[in-house]
Amino acid sequence: MSDDTDIRAGSGSFPTTLLEIVDGARSEDAAIRARAHDAIVLGYWRPVYKTLRIAWGRSNEDAKDLTQGFFERALSRDFFADYEPAKGRFRTFLRVCLERWVSNELRAAVRQKRGGGKVALPLDWESAESEIDRASLEAGAGDVERVFEREWARSLFSSAVEALHGECAASGKHELFVLFERYDLADSDGDRPTYQSLADELGIKVTDVTNRLHAVRRSLRRIVLEKLAEMTASEEELREEARSLLGADAG
Amino acid sequence: MKGLSDAALDHLRTVTDLPDLSGTRYRVVRKLARGGMGSVYVVEDVELGREIALKVVSAPGAPAEIEERLRREARVLAGLEHPNIVPVHDVGRLPDGRSFYVMKLVRGQRLDEWARTGRSRAEILRLYQKVCEAVAFGNAHGVVHRDLKPDNVMVGPFGEALVMDWGIAKVLAGEPVASAPGPAGEASPGATLEGAILGTPGYMAPEQAAGDNHRIGPRTDVYALGAILYFLLAGRPPHAGRTPLEVVHSVLKEPPPPLRRLDPRVPRALEAIVEKALRKDPDGRYGSALDLAADIDRFLDGSAPSAHRETIVDKTGRFIAKNKILLLLVLAYLVARGLVMIFANR
Repeated sequence: MSDDTDIRAGSGSFPTTLLEIVDGARSEDAAIRARAHDAIVLGYWRPVYKTLRIAWGRSNEDAKDLTQGFFERALSRDFFADYEPAKGRFRTFLRVCLERWVSNELRAAVRQKRGGGKVALPLDWESAESEIDRASLEAGAGDVERVFEREWARSLFSSAVEALHGECAASGKHELFVLFERYDLADSDGDRPTYQSLADELGIKVTDVTNRLHAVRRSLRRIVLEKLAEMTASEEELREEARSLLGADAG
Repeated sequence: MKGLSDAALDHLRTVTDLPDLSGTRYRVVRKLARGGMGSVYVVEDVELGREIALKVVSAPGAPAEIEERLRREARVLAGLEHPNIVPVHDVGRLPDGRSFYVMKLVRGQRLDEWARTGRSRAEILRLYQKVCEAVAFGNAHGVVHRDLKPDNVMVGPFGEALVMDWGIAKVLAGEPVASAPGPAGEASPGATLEGAILGTPGYMAPEQAAGDNHRIGPRTDVYALGAILYFLLAGRPPHAGRTPLEVVHSVLKEPPPPLRRLDPRVPRALEAIVEKALRKDPDGRYGSALDLAADIDRFLDGSAPSAHRETIVDKTGRFIAKNKILLLLVLAYLVARGLVMIFANR
């Protein structure tokens, strides 16, 4: 991951649960509020940016500007005043806030270039932009809810895969990650090698390939659920998010 | 590291959801369905070389109540050996901690899909009787299904009907399944909280829709069977609405639209059977699913169903329909006899 996403790293430890984050964002202490704000930015900036690019069809610069404007607004204490965990998912709350905010901005046409077009939040805009192609721009135009959900899922899985990579490297099991990368991270089903070809290539049995893949997937599942637990406010929300996130019919 | 493509994301979402079957005799073939409580997969039993269905709790870290409900469903099914109830082969816990059970893989169509494939009324009613018999068997063993609907009945390629999804079944106190030795005995009639509404509103009896759980019994399933018959004859459930709450309100307060208003071809006798099964007061319904099946049998046989008070016109019409061939023969005989007499007198 790009270093520039590691914003304000020296300002104290991050809150680790959504409730801590939301409480922090409502805090009167500016430092606590800033840390909570950073946690929200890290978790959601990609889905926000890509939804603006894909579903709203905004240009690269426009989307950057709006993304920053949205998160600037999220720094204010009253931003999370309406959020009640019992009423629904945080992800949905954030998406609705975004929709409301963007439509207000566009309707009023009062938005001005912030910082003279200079990017205030040091985020990896280029990598987010590289994940957007013409097909996704066409397919997602106008469908804010679906695009936001999908980009949120992509963002969460991407960070889980990175964490998995780190775990494998730390435990001296890099070859497991390579196997997982070759099979499970293939760009398309056509690019995915067969179990047999992987077994031949690595000089192991087919059952070893499948068993190792199972083991890595178990770890990935654990990491995804851990991350999800950090991003949800209750057990019920965690279960709902897990149900909608995992599985072929998850959308 | 490069970003995840759409295909890679979809693939990861699928494989991270697959049940971890390592260390078991089962291998995932494909996902079959996903319900409120769990997902069902087609798996291969590598020891026996056959495909079966494996139901597993969907959500990770599901509350003990959901885990217990799945295991309870397996125990209830294990206690109900009947040709029209899906048999359970195995129950256990996966390495990732999720509960599962393995059952026969039912190939075929859901009842609603099957009924849309140009079946005659008689064919539909004969299959419907099998559903009634399976439910009656469950009820006789102290089990109330509570979620009967067309989606929960599978029709096999040879016309066999299988009643599925006993996940929210209520086991009545002191009845055979509840009192059976072993784990089945743990199933408790109090497993459903008083006031909690479980089931599918469009097919739900009023006492169930009202959360009046102490009134739930075999006649609750009779109501749902009536609602299924209504669906089979009218193509829609007896109560509908834009939201589940609207449907519940309709179930509690309003009569269903008369069947013959939706389809005038429905015979009055059949309409009367459905009407009796769908009475809001459980005491007004059939006493059991078998009584309902018996009335269907009478209808198919051309006899008068107990639910239908016939007029003289109805009686005559039914007599004619039932004795069509005999009446035609008598008529032919009389015509021939008349002709003979006319020619003989010339």
